[in-house]
Amino acid sequence: MPPENFSNIEQQVASLCEAHDCEPHRLLQILIQVQEIYRFIPPEAITSIARHLNLPRVSVEGAAGFYSFLSLEPAGNYRVLFSDNVTDQMVGNQELMRQFCSKLWLEPGKVSEDRLVSAAFTSCTGMCDHGPAALVNGQPLTNLTSDRIDLIADLILGKSPVSNWPSALFEVNDNIRKTGMLLDKPFVSGNAIGAVLARGPDATLAEIKLSRLRGRGGAGYATAEKWTGCRNAPGSMRYIVCNADEGEPGTFKDRVLLNSYADLVFEGMTVGARLLGCAKGLLYLRGEYLFLLEKLEGILKRRREDGLLGHNIFGETGFDFDIEIHVGAGAYICGEESALIESLEGKRGRPRNRPPYPATHGYLDQPTVVNNVETFACAAIIAFRGGKWFGKIGTWQSSGSKILSISGDCARPGIYEYPFGTSVQEILDDCGVDEAYAVQVGGPSGVLISWKELDRRISFEDLPTAGAFTIFKRGRDILQAVRNYADFFAHESCGFCTPCRVGTQLQKKIVDKIANGHGTASDLEELKHLGHLMKTMSHCGLGHTAPNPVLDMLEKFPGAYEQKLRNLSFEPAFDLDAALETARRITGRDDPAAHLP
Amino acid sequence: MNKAITIDGKTLPFEDGQTIMDAALTAGVYIPRLCHNPELKPHGSCKLCVVNANGRNVTSCTMPASDGMVVTNNTPELNEDRKALVQMLFVEGNHICPACEASGNCQLQAAGYYLRMESPHFTHFYPPRRVDASHPDIFLDLNRCILCELCVRASRDIDKKNVFGISGRGIDSHLVVNSESGRLGDTNMAVTDKAAHICPTGAILIKRKGYTIPIGKRTFDQKTLSEFHLGQVKQPEPDGE
Ligand SMILES: Cc1cc2nc3c(=O)[nH]c(=O)nc-3n(C[C@H](O)[C@H](O)[C@H](O)COP(=O)(O)O)c2cc1C
Ligand code: SF4
Ligand code: SF4
Ligand code: FES
Repeated sequence: MPPENFSNIEQQVASLCEAHDCEPHRLLQILIQVQEIYRFIPPEAITSIARHLNLPRVSVEGAAGFYSFLSLEPAGNYRVLFSDNVTDQMVGNQELMRQFCSKLWLEPGKVSEDRLVSAAFTSCTGMCDHGPAALVNGQPLTNLTSDRIDLIADLILGKSPVSNWPSALFEVNDNIRKTGMLLDKPFVSGNAIGAVLARGPDATLAEIKLSRLRGRGGAGYATAEKWTGCRNAPGSMRYIVCNADEGEPGTFKDRVLLNSYADLVFEGMTVGARLLGCAKGLLYLRGEYLFLLEKLEGILKRRREDGLLGHNIFGETGFDFDIEIHVGAGAYICGEESALIESLEGKRGRPRNRPPYPATHGYLDQPTVVNNVETFACAAIIAFRGGKWFGKIGTWQSSGSKILSISGDCARPGIYEYPFGTSVQEILDDCGVDEAYAVQVGGPSGVLISWKELDRRISFEDLPTAGAFTIFKRGRDILQAVRNYADFFAHESCGFCTPCRVGTQLQKKIVDKIANGHGTASDLEELKHLGHLMKTMSHCGLGHTAPNPVLDMLEKFPGAYEQKLRNLSFEPAFDLDAALETARRITGRDDPAAHLP
Repeated sequence: MNKAITIDGKTLPFEDGQTIMDAALTAGVYIPRLCHNPELKPHGSCKLCVVNANGRNVTSCTMPASDGMVVTNNTPELNEDRKALVQMLFVEGNHICPACEASGNCQLQAAGYYLRMESPHFTHFYPPRRVDASHPDIFLDLNRCILCELCVRASRDIDKKNVFGISGRGIDSHLVVNSESGRLGDTNMAVTDKAAHICPTGAILIKRKGYTIPIGKRTFDQKTLSEFHLGQVKQPEPDGE
């Protein structure tokens, strides 16, 4: 727990790099370990890693500076990151942060003088059904209360190692409330692989086509088509990548799939491998889910021992496939498939220029398939039970089921599996909502619907969603929610392209201005203008969707901002009178002449 | 059989592997740009060169041309959006043109003129940024950096030195140099490097050269950005000085 001494950085780094075969594409994994040892990335370590991996120093510094969980400044022996999803805010994370900081004499975002502890906010940690949540040195703290904050502060002051803290602080439950075709029956490992070997790869691909399966990660691309494209692309090696970055605020279904259905997911990847004739699998696990790593490694080990991974899988000569887990380090953009591939290669998570697409030029420039966790689970079930069976559930354009992560104002937050085509109202009835005012479907990059739209249906043709379903009851301040989302995009923009890098900041500033009561009608026009620029000029999906919550609010929730607007045609970005406050305090004046009209 | 695209109704032939920008440049059709230089690998970050191809907005400096593609480029709508991007770049950094040595040679400033930008429009960010005078011959002023990564690419691909890189994320993205001290003077950069002469703004300046050409006789006092950029194909060594 106490950081290593700094005298032997060179030696430490050398052995770390060697443990990773001095492979440049292991850079991020190495940096994560350095962060763990020193609680930050010392400049000497950057120089040393660069030498060992034979990379330019700027590349190592560039990667280290990109990820939120890596810190270039000392961040304390205990680094506490409070999850800042809108659901955390709804249950009081701001007050808890204030309490924690005042107890430990901390300034948010700064390390204490003795370098013992730091506290800051981080984007949604995927614990919306356990909020308010936080991370301490990468481990999730759940269901925080004022009492728990006191306890945690005392543990830190007592320098107690995190591994000795009461386990109740870290409790994470699945909260599965409703099951369907995927989650219903326990899956027997090997069943899907056995079916593929019996049926053959071509016939299995035909089954997937027949199932009309579409990707569960958001875009809804036809899985059979994606796999066929990769299969037909020339390349010396093919890669199959499971996207477990799950960064969309309000989404936590992949957490549960990996915690309790990992065999199904790994089996789906293995099925894919057989169809693509590919020899290598990678799972990109978001840094927030580090607590699942050991368990997942254990399952992979068991599957190797059972002949379900490794050489001659299921006794089939020449069927070789294995899966390696890469861990992320706090960057929503790494869920975007080409940024994810860059990150797997150890680089900054910057979306690539396309074409070429990953199907032909992906990981290490080889044909690559990237799919969501849930998509692989579906593929395994289809391989076992057939495409026709799968296609009977749901709607024609959206076959099968969708797992939703439900949180916010409801009696029973958690995981719900529904056939595609289910109405929002039915879902609200199931999870215990009296008076829904708004639902953010699909997270901030999705759609904000109002109480007037509850008959809409979860499906690619109506309300597409990667799984987030965040409920707001009547009386909730939608402007505050939208402000939280605007902050999120501004924080998570990768910074590569102008419209998103600058546009998300300008958008955030204007939303703040309106929330602070200084907005005017012209600010609304400016928000629309920025929305247009981000949607039409940005480089990737993050920029394209970053204005969604703001634009939905402008269209559907005029009540959320109208009474906050000033009746002026122009209002300066800052309040001149407020700026005079310091001067008034110093001079001890508060008479009318000391105020601007 | 010759392949061709049309841009604003004009038919332009292209060869396989060429981008929309390449095809346009070859034919002398101007698409505004800031992060692209035909001598270097395309990057696609400034987004000034976005055009509409077959109904969809695409980045012309990275998008391969394909036969029959119908492109619109010089439209009031696209130029309005491009102007807004230039305004974003202005407010994001600290660009005090009257006090800048690069004034008149600066492509950001010239892009503002070209797109008829009359004010920065957006609220200024006034970010605190670093200035580095540690190198004997080169002056680095990050206040004026627009993150085009031309210097990064030139140093990596032409000079083979990797003097520059980008660190940070989002609005905190910033240029870094290849030394543990973070000082340009501690890198192996030389004034003869391509990277020393490729910056479109005044972020990388050669020392003691500032005012050798008087204002009024500088690059963009003589020609527009479009004339300058179209000239870049035939005349690959732009001399900003
Ligand atoms: C900003 C951004 C973030 C994304 N995050 C995720 C994610 O966390 N998980 C995911 O599966 N897909 C995510 N995606 C979608 C992926 O790019 C990709 O479409 C998906 O992984 C493909 O898998 P599928 O076909 O199985 O849906 C994201 C896309 C964008 C633009
Ligand atoms: S749209 Fe945003 S996240 Fe995507 S490349 Fe541009 S800056 Fe990065
Ligand atoms: S220093 Fe100049 S060339 Fe380099 S990234 Fe900044 S603006 Fe571009
Ligand atoms: S010139 Fe094409 S994006 Fe900058």
